[in-house]
Amino acid sequence: MKLKALRAAFPYTIPVLFGYGFLGTAFGISLCSKGYPFYLAILMSVIIFAGSMQFVAVSILTGGLSVLSAFVITLTVNARHLFYGLSMLDKFKCMGRKKLYMIFSLTDETYSLLCSLETPSYINKNWFYFFIALLNQSYWILGTAIGSIAGSVIPFDSTGIDFAMTALFVVIFIEQWESSKNHLSAITGLTVALICLLIFGPDNFIIFSMIGIITVLTFSRCYLEKRIDK
Amino acid sequence: MIGIKESIILITVMAITTFGTRVIPFIIFPSGKKTPEIITYLGKVLPYAIIGMLIIYCLKSISITRNPHGLPEFIAILFVVIVHKWKHNLLLSIGGGTILYMVLIQCIFI
Repeated sequence: MKLKALRAAFPYTIPVLFGYGFLGTAFGISLCSKGYPFYLAILMSVIIFAGSMQFVAVSILTGGLSVLSAFVITLTVNARHLFYGLSMLDKFKCMGRKKLYMIFSLTDETYSLLCSLETPSYINKNWFYFFIALLNQSYWILGTAIGSIAGSVIPFDSTGIDFAMTALFVVIFIEQWESSKNHLSAITGLTVALICLLIFGPDNFIIFSMIGIITVLTFSRCYLEKRIDK
Repeated sequence: MIGIKESIILITVMAITTFGTRVIPFIIFPSGKKTPEIITYLGKVLPYAIIGMLIIYCLKSISITRNPHGLPEFIAILFVVIVHKWKHNLLLSIGGGTILYMVLIQCIFI
């Protein structure tokens, strides 16, 4: 049963294999180019497991920030995760002990996969979700290991390699756009975030964006609900 | 640059905080109780908006007024969109776009 679920989950995670392989490598290189040992990079990918946060963490570590600043920055960078669970309340309901790992591993990419997937009918849904999350994290750790170990051996100019993250979201955005008939929510996300960036500046706009997005989506509920279920 | 011990402390703080942000919805809306309809609805429509927001998040430090005016990002994203629409190959879109971006900022827009 488990093996079947693993086999069914794997093909869906192939895009993440490439995305995370690349991003994890970028992260590994980025941290180790600052003089940190490879095992710290791997430790971070095992216990933090948050893409953009780990890139920010590089500057938190090199800057030698205080525990309080690290806490506040993590909270602001990851505040969007506060809302990811809302889409997963039902999905994780009957997952028993696996639920804790599912919550821990709810990254942007795992979130968007779990949102868009249909479980094949002959597969145990819970194991299927679990393996999606587990495979994704293993790619992330694998990438980190490659980047941090190779990055400390082969020195090369890695400036700009973190663009992989931007590219991954652009790709997910395109795929979501194509899979949905109504684009109000996607457009809301883009425009509200852009407006908030212009008003509040790069350091504070994410939390205002989340509030703005939730406000707009709440007020357009009647309109959207009619169209989404069709 | 700080020592390994201090780094591990900071990493642990970041790990616990990250888990905290992920677990809070499940604490507020436990599985035993009925989740309010508005939350179920938001859970359904949010993913689309959040990915859009994440794109803007990645581009937040671009300055339009200063040279190179966000041109490398614009060109690389345009490449990703066109190539992905064309081939739907994740490695090609992400790998190609990233390499293009690195070439742009390292060799062309210096």
